[in-house]
Amino acid sequence: MNARFRILLPIASLAVLLAATFYMQPRAMSYFGLNLLFNLAVPIALATVAQMMIIMVNDIDLSVGTFVSFVACVTATYLNDAPLIGALILLAAIAGYAAIGALIELRQLPAIVVTLGMSFVWGGLAILILPSPGGTAPTWIRTIMTVKPPLVPMAIVASVLIAVIAHLLIMRTSSGALLRAVGGNARAVARSGWSLVRLKAAAYGLAGVFGAASGICLVGLTTSADANIALRYTLLSIAGVILGGGEFTGGRISPVGAVIGALTLALAGSFLSFMRLSPDWQIGAQGAILILVLSVRLLFARSNRKKGAAQ
Amino acid sequence: MTIWKAPWFWSWAAGALAFAATLLLTDGRNGGDLLSAALTFASFSAIVGIGQMFVITLGPGNVDLSIPASMTLAGTLSLKFMGGDAALIVPGLMVALGVGFGAGVFNYLLIRLLRIPPIIATLSASFIFQSIAIWSNRGLRIKPPQSLSDFTTGATLGVPNLALVALVLAVIAWVILDRSIFGRWLSAFGQNERAARLSGVPIEGVRALTYIGCATLAGLTGFLLASFSGGAALNMGTEYLLVSIAVVVIGGSSIAGGNSNVPGIWGGALFMFLIVSMLNSYGLGAGVRLIVTGGIIIGIVAAASKKGARA
Repeated sequence: MNARFRILLPIASLAVLLAATFYMQPRAMSYFGLNLLFNLAVPIALATVAQMMIIMVNDIDLSVGTFVSFVACVTATYLNDAPLIGALILLAAIAGYAAIGALIELRQLPAIVVTLGMSFVWGGLAILILPSPGGTAPTWIRTIMTVKPPLVPMAIVASVLIAVIAHLLIMRTSSGALLRAVGGNARAVARSGWSLVRLKAAAYGLAGVFGAASGICLVGLTTSADANIALRYTLLSIAGVILGGGEFTGGRISPVGAVIGALTLALAGSFLSFMRLSPDWQIGAQGAILILVLSVRLLFARSNRKKGAAQ
Repeated sequence: MTIWKAPWFWSWAAGALAFAATLLLTDGRNGGDLLSAALTFASFSAIVGIGQMFVITLGPGNVDLSIPASMTLAGTLSLKFMGGDAALIVPGLMVALGVGFGAGVFNYLLIRLLRIPPIIATLSASFIFQSIAIWSNRGLRIKPPQSLSDFTTGATLGVPNLALVALVLAVIAWVILDRSIFGRWLSAFGQNERAARLSGVPIEGVRALTYIGCATLAGLTGFLLASFSGGAALNMGTEYLLVSIAVVVIGGSSIAGGNSNVPGIWGGALFMFLIVSMLNSYGLGAGVRLIVTGGIIIGIVAAASKKGARA
């Protein structure tokens, strides 16, 4: 599958789901409706891009959800009460993320286990900072998240912005190409003189940055935080990357696709409530949509292979 | 082979250390109670850990993320089926095992038919299992039959019944892994899938049985845990996702697959409980407990990788 083709399926999935939603609930086809549909998509999109950075270097991050929760707790407490200390804590957390990446490469550790361990650590820190749900969102983030730009709702503008930034960063810079190459052929990258430890640290650091942004935006929407606020983001972010056409190995990822994947997952929830499906089935339907998209992708890949064989 | 070189030695040593540190605080009192509590709670982790170990042995990328959902679904459906009627205990057990079996078949079919990585397959499946559990549970808490509840909380000759069940399963798992052709096939698969296939190992059969076995064990654990704790709760499986992977790693099995051991699972399971009770008895809160647990998991894999590099 080449890069251009890779992006088609996620776009088609989102379009189909959006059309179905408008069909079920025509009133959603408005500024206000769209804002409501995609409101919670922004933090999910950021978390998905964070996960994509890790999947890009052939690892997988099981700590995204607890990290976003941790950042949310810091944002609703320190970043609000003492912005300087709050910012320092977040910077230290991002540096911690990069250090984990370096450690994983240095000691050749299985990322899935290390990030699993880290998920305990972030969860513990979150509970220490905010033992019971509460806190207050800083006014500035609240303002940014609730701003009403003309014509297009904030959630859409923000998603496009995230997609463009991630795309430029990963697909259009030489360092981005290098990072993808780590996933493609780490040995070749190392042989040509690059430090894998530094590159892995960079990928994990980027994940930390996007994860932190996700936590901050989440608090901007919810106005308060708790230590378990984003636990499901771990699974949602993995699903989003895959829905967006990313693959687990080979550095084959698509930042734009990842954001679209996240939007699709967020929309799936709204769609099901419009269908008057009981909320019990919301999680299950997300699983079903994931399976459906992967089946379609398999069909595409098969027909592609047949064409390739015929030529 | 000297005993301290055995892969499972360190998990037992660490467990014993945590046990001793706890007793130090209480001047050796309540040692028996602590041990029996540790054996009981470690049983749940050990049973799911054995299943997860078999899956992880299949090699990189193989991990069952649907264990918590399968546990919850099996616990919910079997308790609902029994409805507190002691005459239905055996059929109830069959329902739990059947649910687990079905979940395993579903996982395997997704992996086989859609060719999707096991992580995503078991993840999507878990969304669906979770939804079915939510739908059928409806917030009701059905009590298990009294005699079943007595069995799961009781002891025979001073040893908790649950520990006996888990011990028998561990022995069976050890025989399968170390003394049967299936165990050889499994290790061969994990070490080199291609070589295994070329030398005539029925790899699809091995993979199918492994995933089905793991989910069936998860179903059994859900049944026992629900009976033990007086009813199925929707979040009852949550912590077992991390625990099941952690006990495999702490137990000295290779996370890269192809090399596993059963005694380590018990060592890891006892350690995971004892470390928590140690920190508890030293009066540390949930936050610190989580941070220490995560730190230990990362420390153990980092230390183990050094050993592997030297060997």
